[in-house]
Amino acid sequence: MSAVPPTRTPGAVPGSHAEVTMAANMRRARRVGFETIVIREFSRIMRIWGQTLVPPVITATLYFIIFGSLIGGRIGQMGGYTYLQYIAPGLIMMSVITNSYGNVVSSFFGAKFGRHIEELLVSPLPSWLIVLGYVAGGMLRGLLVGLIVTIIALFFTRLHVEHLFVVIAAVLLTSVVFALGGFVNAVFAKNFDQITFVPTFILTPMTYLGGVFYSIQMLPEWAQAVSKANPILYMVSAFRYGFLGQSDVDVGFSFAIMTLSVVVLFAACVWLMNKGTGTRE
Amino acid sequence: MKALSLRQLCKTYNNGVQALKGIDLDVEEGDFFALLGPNGAGKSTAIGIVSSLVNKSSGTVTVFGHSIDTELEAAKSCLGVVPQEINFNQFEKLSTILLNQAGFYGIPRPVARERMEYWLNQLQLWDKRETISRSLSGGMKRRLMIARALIHEPQLLILDEPTAGVDIEVRRSMWEFLRRINEQGTTIILTTHYLEEAENLCRHIAIIDEGRIIENDRMSTVLRKLHTETFVLNLRGPLRGTLSLPGYRLTAPDETTLEVEVNKEQNLNEIFVALSAAGGEVVSMRNKSNRLEELFMRLVEGRDVGSGQPTAPPAAQAGA
Repeated sequence: MSAVPPTRTPGAVPGSHAEVTMAANMRRARRVGFETIVIREFSRIMRIWGQTLVPPVITATLYFIIFGSLIGGRIGQMGGYTYLQYIAPGLIMMSVITNSYGNVVSSFFGAKFGRHIEELLVSPLPSWLIVLGYVAGGMLRGLLVGLIVTIIALFFTRLHVEHLFVVIAAVLLTSVVFALGGFVNAVFAKNFDQITFVPTFILTPMTYLGGVFYSIQMLPEWAQAVSKANPILYMVSAFRYGFLGQSDVDVGFSFAIMTLSVVVLFAACVWLMNKGTGTRE
Repeated sequence: MKALSLRQLCKTYNNGVQALKGIDLDVEEGDFFALLGPNGAGKSTAIGIVSSLVNKSSGTVTVFGHSIDTELEAAKSCLGVVPQEINFNQFEKLSTILLNQAGFYGIPRPVARERMEYWLNQLQLWDKRETISRSLSGGMKRRLMIARALIHEPQLLILDEPTAGVDIEVRRSMWEFLRRINEQGTTIILTTHYLEEAENLCRHIAIIDEGRIIENDRMSTVLRKLHTETFVLNLRGPLRGTLSLPGYRLTAPDETTLEVEVNKEQNLNEIFVALSAAGGEVVSMRNKSNRLEELFMRLVEGRDVGSGQPTAPPAAQAGA
């Protein structure tokens, strides 16, 4: 009578036809479960579009007008490009970072607060799949907002793409990193103050100081050294390299940091979920 | 096959509270099982552990032969849970809540739609399917949680006080519904504070108190352990003579009501004979409290139950 056949009937012979069939059913069930989380997250993004899509678009437009058109014209060129062309990748990446993080932290904490996270916890979906579902939701919003900001940027300047693969890889990895970061924040958060603390007091300063608006080569040596401890610098630099073909740091090293962050954060999220931190008593 | 098996299940919370102190419990497939206990006895903790919402400290849990330690996904697939408190997204429509829950159990959308229609109809919520769940009444929210727990057609359904706070009409319709799905093969475990509910519905009962099982047997066997019952007799008018009933504990709340405590060695005939002799005419009679309620109170209060020792016979008092 159960909808999802058990992974293994007690006494089923390992490797038998019955067990292979059950494994296939389990894969199908997991795929449906993952799709359900992603559809639910996407529906949430679209249902509250006034909170999820409109604010970042307004913010990005103001940045382009003020820093790009008004102030940027007086700054002159940076690395052979206009200031607007230089900061456009940074602004796109900033919106991806903020929204990937913000979606997961608010959605997962909201589910904890409203207790409907229990719908997922009692279901047969494994922890890693629940993490993946929320991360995919965060990526969806981050990339959607990033795309809208890119379109807005095209109203102000021409965007030259030097290495398309680098652009795509950098934005995807960054989105995953910050979606996972939002998940960790939401797991530990006990109230709404704690889900705004990290974005306000840690994420925003790190993003602003991560080379979105300037090249760290403009800074004194000690400040360059400090900046290199900021992981966002590597993400912004790699993304900018994809557009302009120039970067403040080694692009290979940037991708190594992003990949390592994804692996470590994903493992941490799954471990926290399995342990029940913040979700189970 | 055992639908649920708990062995030496223990839970100590971080604050040091020992909620479960080594529980052993078996629920057979197809049973309708009552898990009773006073507030804070450990019922919800036990249910929380079985449904993976609470981490156990030690012990084992198997659901239809699947251990939650080694085959958690399979164990969860067999299980549907109706929690004590509302835990659905109150900003979502009923249809969305059910379709999502079906999806979490791997049920493809077309099948999920059919099941949603079936269960919402069964629970008289189909007309509300496009309503935002926040606007439902308390009884409807309870029924929605039952529909959600059944959307993947679990073999074992656990209901944690499903009728708390709902009116008697809704409660009775829920009883009928639960009886029906139990007859169709779903094993049900019920916790409730309405002991009449447990007595009416359940075939087996376990009483948990201070983290330990203090009673676990067939409902009929447990009820037989009740040594005394108190009956309330309503009289047509005041007694005309003196009532003499040696060995019976009598009280008279007013001149036309008589409460009499009857133990296993006594019988009602003697009471009626004595009442007739005193010129009393009984127009109706009922149990003062539900039998299970009486037993429950005696067990959790640590009073003597079924020990074979009759209560000391007080001198008969004259009624009225």
